[in-house]
Amino acid sequence: MAEPSTEIDLHALQERARGFRLDILEMTTRAGSGHPSSSWSCVEILTALFFADILRYRADDPWWPERDRFILSKGHAAPALYAVLAAAGYFERDLLWTLRQVGSPVQGHPIQGLLPGVEATTGSLGQGLSLGLGHVLGGRLKGLDYRVYVLLGDGECEAGQIWESAMAAAHFKADRLHAIVDYNKYQETGPISREMALEPFVEKWRGFGWHVLEADGHDLGALIAALRSLQSVSGQPSVLIAHTVKGKGVSFVEADFTFHGRALSPEQAARAREELMR
Amino acid sequence: MKLGERAGLKPAKPMRDVFGDAILEVCRRNPRVVVLDGDLGNSTKAETVRQAFPERFFNLGIAESNLVCVGAGLAACGFIPFITSFSSFLLCNAYDQLRLAVALSNINAKVLGSHGGITLGKDGPTQMGIEDLALVGSMPTFVMLVPSDPASMHWAVQAAVDHVGPVWLRSSRVAMPHIYPENGHSFTLGKANVVRQGSDVTIIACGIMVAMALDAATMLADEGIQARVLDMLTLRPMDHEAIAAAARETGAIVTAEEHLLTGGMGSNIARIVAGVHPVPMRFVGLADAYVESGDPDDLLEKYGLTADQIAAAAREAVAAKR
Repeated sequence: MAEPSTEIDLHALQERARGFRLDILEMTTRAGSGHPSSSWSCVEILTALFFADILRYRADDPWWPERDRFILSKGHAAPALYAVLAAAGYFERDLLWTLRQVGSPVQGHPIQGLLPGVEATTGSLGQGLSLGLGHVLGGRLKGLDYRVYVLLGDGECEAGQIWESAMAAAHFKADRLHAIVDYNKYQETGPISREMALEPFVEKWRGFGWHVLEADGHDLGALIAALRSLQSVSGQPSVLIAHTVKGKGVSFVEADFTFHGRALSPEQAARAREELMR
Repeated sequence: MKLGERAGLKPAKPMRDVFGDAILEVCRRNPRVVVLDGDLGNSTKAETVRQAFPERFFNLGIAESNLVCVGAGLAACGFIPFITSFSSFLLCNAYDQLRLAVALSNINAKVLGSHGGITLGKDGPTQMGIEDLALVGSMPTFVMLVPSDPASMHWAVQAAVDHVGPVWLRSSRVAMPHIYPENGHSFTLGKANVVRQGSDVTIIACGIMVAMALDAATMLADEGIQARVLDMLTLRPMDHEAIAAAARETGAIVTAEEHLLTGGMGSNIARIVAGVHPVPMRFVGLADAYVESGDPDDLLEKYGLTADQIAAAAREAVAAKR
């Protein structure tokens, strides 16, 4: 565990993260579909952003013009986003259990305009960083100093648009744009290194003009320190490469990448619940 | 004969230059309007804004996917972005982004698809937007505007700003003669304009084909056929009433568009006509084939987009009434 910050109660945050994992399990198991393992890998990242004074937001005034933006570019981790937004007070927690049902704003992937706190429509991968750059340029024109955090999947970084936006963000010296990569090392069909190698990954971002940090994506103390450090980068955009484990928290999901696009069976869910409650 | 000459229309400057004037005007009037360019500002003429308002003009380079999403991000901040490039590049490189970040998100972004159709000419089929209206048409929240002359272009750019939601605006490299008075004509979003009265057949056209339809109507009048000409300036929402009235009152319809017939304006009009008042119809447009490089007038002639073709189609439609 990295140096805990003085004013942040890391134990309380870890408990929050555990709660989000349980929510994600509940949501996707009830829906009978979804992406639990991709959601679990980014739980600490979202917890650090929303509950450790990194993001500036007002849940009761969700479109407050000066808010920091969080864009979930890896839209398939929607259950994680929904669980965190509900806990932050954006909407009633009961809505979570309507995930993927007809008539529910809690769609399979995030849809802009349906729920407070959902900043972008994502799910076709590669688009979030460009949207984030648009928000940064808009903030600059309006003289607002908000920051924009965009969570990318690692497989998503295979998309050309990621590098279009990376190039443009450096060109526009978008130092209020922060990417976070949930580097869990797996994409839908298998290990990234086998399917479409990203490495040398740090060098790619550096080559595109970004300031790069790396951290253990499940160590809340390390994440919080890294996210704070991104805020002091000036003149260039910055990225935190968060090393994570796909399916984090449930041993038999961590060990089986084929859980990417499917929910757990009721029996598996019971075992997972037990592990997560430990 | 020059386009519009038979109908006595006054020549005008190229539509892209009219767009350049119009976008500059709306930028002057509305500080929320910003312009995004895919490195074609000197071709689309969006660059007028770069000179006048450099801080509100962004060249995102040759990267349309990023271009569209950066525009969507600016729209989400309360700006009114005009995302500009060639229609073919925007739709074929960034369809996914237009679909998710603009159409499905129902965001207040405006997209200028320049160089629509085949009249960009010599640069050839790689640059031509012969399928643009079909592709935009497949995104349900997009309002679609196809100006036919300078006055309607000026109106369309302002109408795009005034409408809250996604708007597609087609522009062209070539000139289209004046159809409407330069000042004072009243346009309405979603309303087609009767630009010539007639009772025997209606020619429904958009873009450059409106002037051509007026030329054709002049020829037909000499033969005793009175053709109504309807300018379908707004392709979505489409003016069902004007189409129904045309079917009921003139009993025959010809459509004319600088676009593939498959998935274009004519097929949508046929669906409406079939539902309200079936009448004989004929369709002028591009057959299922790619076009080639060449002088715009030569291409229009070779690929059947002429006043003669429209007139021939009208005669057929009228004959089929009996």
